[in-house]
Amino acid sequence: MTKAKKGASYLYLGLVFLFLYAPILVLIFLSFNNSMSRTVWGGFTLKWYLSLTSNDNIMSALGTTIRITLASSILATILGTSAAIGIHYMKKRHAALMLGATNIPLLNADIVTGISLMLLFTRFTPLGEFSVVLAHIAFSVPYVIFNVLPRLQSLSEACIEAALDLGATPTYAFCKVVWPELFPGVLSGFLMALTMSLDDFTITYFTKGAGVNTLSTMLYTQLRKGIQPELYALSTILFLLAFVLLLLMNFKRDIKKEAK
Amino acid sequence: MEFIQFDHVSKSYEKQLILDELDLSVKENSFVTLLGPSGCGKTTTLRLLGGFEKPDSGKIYLNGNDITALPANLRPINTVFQKYALFPHMTIEENIAFGLNIQKKSKDYIDDKIKYALKLVNLDGFEKRSIDSLSGGQQQRIAIARAIVNEPKVLLLDEPLGALDLKLRQNMQYELMKIKQELGITFIYVTHDQEEALTMSDTIVVMNQGYIQQIGTPEDIYNEPENAFVADFIGESNIIEGIMIKDELVSFLGVQVPCVDKGFGTMKPVDVVIRPEDVELDAPGKGFMDGTITDCLFKGVHYELDVQCGEYEWLVHTTKYFEVGQNVSLNVIPFNIQIMNKPESEDEEVMKEDV
Repeated sequence: MTKAKKGASYLYLGLVFLFLYAPILVLIFLSFNNSMSRTVWGGFTLKWYLSLTSNDNIMSALGTTIRITLASSILATILGTSAAIGIHYMKKRHAALMLGATNIPLLNADIVTGISLMLLFTRFTPLGEFSVVLAHIAFSVPYVIFNVLPRLQSLSEACIEAALDLGATPTYAFCKVVWPELFPGVLSGFLMALTMSLDDFTITYFTKGAGVNTLSTMLYTQLRKGIQPELYALSTILFLLAFVLLLLMNFKRDIKKEAK
Repeated sequence: MEFIQFDHVSKSYEKQLILDELDLSVKENSFVTLLGPSGCGKTTTLRLLGGFEKPDSGKIYLNGNDITALPANLRPINTVFQKYALFPHMTIEENIAFGLNIQKKSKDYIDDKIKYALKLVNLDGFEKRSIDSLSGGQQQRIAIARAIVNEPKVLLLDEPLGALDLKLRQNMQYELMKIKQELGITFIYVTHDQEEALTMSDTIVVMNQGYIQQIGTPEDIYNEPENAFVADFIGESNIIEGIMIKDELVSFLGVQVPCVDKGFGTMKPVDVVIRPEDVELDAPGKGFMDGTITDCLFKGVHYELDVQCGEYEWLVHTTKYFEVGQNVSLNVIPFNIQIMNKPESEDEEVMKEDV
C-alpha cells in the first residue's frame, strides 16, 4: 500500500472514531466543568460527582433502575434459557412458529409495545415498578433466546449420550456437559437483557405509572426543567461501567483463545 | 442363554418399522460386526443395546439379566460414537476421567488408568492437550480410551472409522483388534464397510431392512452367502437365475454345469452365485461357455473385465491382461459355484427387491 493510501485510511478511521466518541467525550468533559454553562469552561471540579449522592431524585431513580434491571434481566434469562431449550427440542414446524413469534417483539415499534402493554397491565394491576419489570421481561426474553439457541444447536446430541453412556445421571450430564457449553450463551443473553433494560425509555415511560422513575425517564422529566450537571456525572459513570464490562468480556475471550 | 440376547425386539420411528422381531445372540468375548447398508437397522440395534432407545416390544438380556428397561448410565456397556462425541470444554485427561470420576475412583487409580489407556491407543503424554488440537484419528483414539477405562463388559463401536482416510482406517483396524485381544471383552461393531467387517470380526451379522440376512464367520459369509442380498452386498458377484436339475448339477444361461451342492430337490429354480475371481478365462471352446471381452479396467491388484455371453454380461477378475473384443471361454470349478434358494416368503421377496 502506498503511503498516501495508508494515510487516507488512517484519516478515515480517525473520522469514524471522532464522530462515534466525540459526543461522549464532550459529556465526560462537561461532567468536570466548574460552571453551569454548556459552552464555557469554568475550571476542573468534582463537585457534580459529590452532589450526585445528595440528590434524592437521582438516587431514588438509580435505585429503581438497578432493581428493575436486575430483576427483569435475571428473570428474562431464566425464562429465555428454558424457552430456548424447549424450542430446540420441538418439531421443526413448531420451532419455526415459535421463533417467528419470538421475533415480533424485536421488530415491533417500542411505542406500540409500550402502549399495548400499558393497556393490558391496567386491567390487572396498578402501574408501578412491578409492571415495568414485567414489560422489561417481555422485551428481553427474545434476546436471551437468540443468544442461547445457537449454543444448543452446536452442542451435539452425541455428547449428552456419551455422558449418559459413561454413567452420568441426566442431572450430572446437564451440569458437567450441557451447562458449560451453554453458559457463554446464557451470559451474553443476560448481559444483553441487562443493557436493553438499562437503555429502555419508551416502554418504561408507558408502563411505569405515576411517581416511579428510572434513570432514563427521570432524565426526560429533568429535560423540561433544564439538565443539571450532576446528570453529566451520572452518565459518565454509567458509560464507564459499560466500558469496563465490555473490556472484561473481551479480555476473557482473549484468555480463552490463548489457552487453546 | 447367550451373553447378549435380543428376544423378539421390534422398534419403529414415526410409524416406520426399523427392526421387526429381531432375535440375536452374541457370545461373550466375541468380536461381532453388524453389517448392512444405511437404514438396515444396525445402528438402531446398537442404540437399543447401549440404552439410548427403548424397544417397542421384546426383551434384551445381558449375562442373563433383563436390561430392557435399564437406563444407559446403569448399563455396564460403553460406546465409541461415530462422531467421537468428546467433551469440547475438557482436556483429554478430563475426558478420559469422566466415567471414573462418576464411579468415585481414587486420584491415583484414575491417573494410572489414564496413563494405561493413552498407552493402549498410542497417545502417551497427551494428557493436558485440548480436544481441538487433535486430528480426527487421534480424537477417535481418545474416544476409545475414554470408553475402555471404565472396564465395560461390552464395547459398542458405531462406525468409528467412518470419518478417517483409507490408510488410517486400515491402521486403526489392526489397533482395534490388538485392543480387543488385550482387553478380552465383547466388541459389537457397526459398519457398512464390508472390508472392515471381514478383517476384524469373529462373527458377521448381515442386516437389511430390519431383518438379519445371515450370521456367520467372515469366511462363511463371503464363500457361502445364503441369499442374493448377502452375495451382492459382500464383495462383487455374478448372480444368475438357474434351475437345479438334480443334486450336483445345475443349469443356467442354457448350459449344464456340475456343482457340489445337494438337497435342493429336482428341477428347482435357484440363484447361482459365482465370484468374479473364481471365473477362469481360457481359449474359446475350452470352457463351458464362450464370450467376448467388452471392457477391461486396471484395478491395481487385478484387471476387472466384462465378458458378454449372449444376454448375460459376466464380471471377471483376472491378473492377466485381455484385449477388448477378444473371444474367450469361461470356466468355474464346481466347488466355486454357490447355489442359493430363491426367496419364497413375502419378507424375503422384499429383501430381494432391495438388491
